[in-house]
Amino acid sequence: MSVAAATHPAPAPRAGVPLLRFAVPLALVLVTAVLVSLPTSALPAWAWKYPLAWQAPLPAWISAFMKWLMETASLGLFTVRDLTRGVASALDAVLFAAKAVLATGVVQGAGASATTIAPPIPWFAMILASSAAAYAVGGRRLAFGMAAGLLYLAVFGQWASAMITLASVLVASVIGAASGLLIGLACVRWRTLERLMSPLLDMAQTMPVFAYLLPMLILFGFGPASAMVATVIYALPPMVRVTIVAIRAVPVEIRELGIMSGCTRRQITWKMLVPSALPALMVGVNQVIMLSLNVVIIASMIGAGGLGWDVLAALRRLDIGGGLEAGLAITVLAVLLDRFAQGMAQRAERVAKEDGAGAGGRRLAVRAALVAALGLWIAAAVWPEIALYPNGWKLSTAPYWSQLVSWINVNFFSVLDAIRTAALVNVLTPVKRFMLALPWPWVVALVTLAGWRLGGLRLALTTGAMTLFLAVVGLWQTSMLTVYLCGVAVVISLAIGVPIGVAAANRPRLWRVVEAVIDTLQTLPAFIYLIPIVMLFRVGDFTALIAIVLYAVAPAIRYTAHGVRRVPVALIEAGQMTGCSRRQLLTRIRLPLAAPDILLGLNQTIMLALSMLVITALVGTRDLGQETYMALSKADVGRGLVAGVCVAFIGMVADRLISAAAERLRRRTGLAA
Amino acid sequence: MSHPILACRGVAKLYGAKASRFVRDGRFAGAPEELSAAGVVSAVRDVDLEIARGETFVIMGLSGSGKSTLVRCLSALTPPSAGEVLFEGKNLNAMAEGDLLQIRRHQMGMVFQNFALLPHLTVLGNVAFPLDVQGVRKAEREAKALEMIRLVGLSGREGRFPRELSGGQQQRVGIARSLAVKPDLWFLDEPFSALDPLIRREMQDEVLRLQGLLKKTIVFITHDFDEAVRIADRIAIMKDGRIEQIGTAEELVLHPATDYVRAFTQEAPRAKILTARAVMAPAPSGADFAGRVEARARIASFAHEVEAADRPFAVVDGGAVIGVVDRLAMIDVLVGRERKAAAA
Repeated sequence: MSVAAATHPAPAPRAGVPLLRFAVPLALVLVTAVLVSLPTSALPAWAWKYPLAWQAPLPAWISAFMKWLMETASLGLFTVRDLTRGVASALDAVLFAAKAVLATGVVQGAGASATTIAPPIPWFAMILASSAAAYAVGGRRLAFGMAAGLLYLAVFGQWASAMITLASVLVASVIGAASGLLIGLACVRWRTLERLMSPLLDMAQTMPVFAYLLPMLILFGFGPASAMVATVIYALPPMVRVTIVAIRAVPVEIRELGIMSGCTRRQITWKMLVPSALPALMVGVNQVIMLSLNVVIIASMIGAGGLGWDVLAALRRLDIGGGLEAGLAITVLAVLLDRFAQGMAQRAERVAKEDGAGAGGRRLAVRAALVAALGLWIAAAVWPEIALYPNGWKLSTAPYWSQLVSWINVNFFSVLDAIRTAALVNVLTPVKRFMLALPWPWVVALVTLAGWRLGGLRLALTTGAMTLFLAVVGLWQTSMLTVYLCGVAVVISLAIGVPIGVAAANRPRLWRVVEAVIDTLQTLPAFIYLIPIVMLFRVGDFTALIAIVLYAVAPAIRYTAHGVRRVPVALIEAGQMTGCSRRQLLTRIRLPLAAPDILLGLNQTIMLALSMLVITALVGTRDLGQETYMALSKADVGRGLVAGVCVAFIGMVADRLISAAAERLRRRTGLAA
Repeated sequence: MSHPILACRGVAKLYGAKASRFVRDGRFAGAPEELSAAGVVSAVRDVDLEIARGETFVIMGLSGSGKSTLVRCLSALTPPSAGEVLFEGKNLNAMAEGDLLQIRRHQMGMVFQNFALLPHLTVLGNVAFPLDVQGVRKAEREAKALEMIRLVGLSGREGRFPRELSGGQQQRVGIARSLAVKPDLWFLDEPFSALDPLIRREMQDEVLRLQGLLKKTIVFITHDFDEAVRIADRIAIMKDGRIEQIGTAEELVLHPATDYVRAFTQEAPRAKILTARAVMAPAPSGADFAGRVEARARIASFAHEVEAADRPFAVVDGGAVIGVVDRLAMIDVLVGRERKAAAA
């Protein structure tokens, strides 16, 4: 859209029509208010409820197409089915190998007659090897952290599940990072491909994972392979984006040097561009790992096993303590993976500068540890009984947690319930009613108008069409419920996040605390928050709301702080010298100049809020998240995919409109790049 | 200049959506107004030049004059919109990809303004990089690279990474790297613009020293006239994509072809540019000389002797006296043109 905005001539100054500038929005608000409060009979019925007869049976078409694809479609020598199943079995083999090493070992036979041929890597060997790797990557602190984290998994009885999860994450991350890099490089080379990929990437990121888990199940069969493909698709976009940006950011001179040295294209790419961009690329790898973990957890809920399954099972049993411990295990895994990946990224950046002796000693220590780990593994194969963590050494805090929750619920029930009820009655329900009362043609018209004002004709057409799609596929009501829940969550996130961002921006000590908190919130797999919140507020919209806000508040804080901090010092000093009070400095200088960044933060907040939808479906919301979740349990591909696309479209409409607004603002303040 | 190593004929480089149409119609050399009206920017227009083997050729112009684009056309980094670039008589842009690759691998080297060092390689790795690309074996390429590192005075720092070096040292690495393949043609694209003035002088001396040692053909880009004067055999002054004048520093100062060149050379250090031949007066017969100076000698090199003597000096060329210089001539040169003009 930025292209359209860029070629659009700057709007002429409208000094003569100040009335119009306020009159038009005011009129729109009035019309909206009137429309909502009208009795149902005042407008034709089709305006309130999109008629069934006009609906496109898109879900049915998609389901039929998938059926055709899997049953009759052929690529000449082999059918589509053969192809996808071939890919699936290749993936399965890789995944099986990873699981065999980390979690299950090689087993012959099944059930009671199963005999272990080779055991998985025993827990102490794993701790030794991982700590050695951590030491090599990030030094002593990372090694200690790694050992402590893994020890937690063993002590609290989460080892087996954690290793299954880890195996999936590792395989998905390697595939995701490698294919992301290749696609990114291809996009840099062929601009057309980039233009083609961009909307697909947007879609993959905003669509709930469940939505494309379904087609994957159909294409690749029920099994871990389809979950793996879905995971890779979800984790891929940031890697592609980071690759494109990082490779483009390599100075032109480096490329020219390559040409002048007589490099072939391949040599330029692999000997110059990729190594030069490595620090930035590692940031992408980090993202891939974290996103993979997120999806692997979700995927394991539908039966793949691992930590996600443990949490869900505990939630269903109302075993709060058990859920919390498994949830904490996910957190531990997430933090370990994140720190390890960050360590790799930083290492790529500083390319070890050490005196020979120290580096040599360090390398020796790492190698010795790895050899020792291998020896222990072999020992475990000979004496299998030492491989297992002894049950007697396991600890559990689950009973205490359950006691704590019952204590809170007994003593504070009335307070908690009052909060919840007040929020529902005063905020949530009225907003919900309002959203549902809006006639769909009016909403479509408003969105189109906004698109036209902010970005011109092309933006108006895309956003209008996307909004219309929600009605045409018959998911208007559900979509509005989604908009309502996310909308309220986003407003609350901003109301909390912007002040915190402003306050923390220029106070380094406060910022360090805030950053630690939001980092933790973002590293935690999303539905961990649900556990304590469900315990306190039971299921329902309010619980979902809190979970979304907790997850989505981080970008609001981060971008606000970034924007405020970026205001040039000279402007602040100019403000001070003209006698601005602190408050005036904030409202007249800092906030207006930070506005474009805050808008981008809003954008990210909306995206994160939408991505929480599926998770909140678990606590019984009625929106598009629930729709995809239901479709999944009924294996209804068409329905799930269409609901997923609806979520993606809501996200894309918001994204396009806000980006256009931010672009306009930036142009006006002369901050455009 | 019967066999120039590098020559270009009618080279032009146009940017913009409609650039190709202007080239096809042959209108690219036309009025800049017509071009800019069509949204076409002509970075280089109608450039002809020949560079002789072993010559140090400086292309000088202010930013935006097109000198960087021109050097990219000369090195075939960007294809010219029109005209041809001949390297040893062969058209670089009509050449097969593989041949161009070979020329670049073995006959050309380039030093970049912002050094373009690879951050993930050590000094040794960077200098050996062009050889690595050619597939030279590790032991051999590292031996050659070490030799180059020694040549630029960075011995002992082979194991460092670029960011651990100062700007001047980084550019020494860039120079060593560009020389590692023993190129015939050495491009230096504003190599010292990113450096502090003192370091810049030091690096200019370094280039002069290397040139005395290696005798390359040098194409040197700069926006600094003093730098051009110190280094160049010949200078091309560019403005708005065109070459205003090509000549030795002395020719530019004494016979500027355009007002632009005149304005440029006005503040130049004349004593370091002009030779005895340029300022001598006809020798009166039977004159009494305090000493003799070579006709090729720069004035700065003998000015104080002449100024201190009470009699004129003889200007000699191949042993024969061809003129005289006296104190007044020295003062004219040192004080500058204005006084001379006022006197005249």
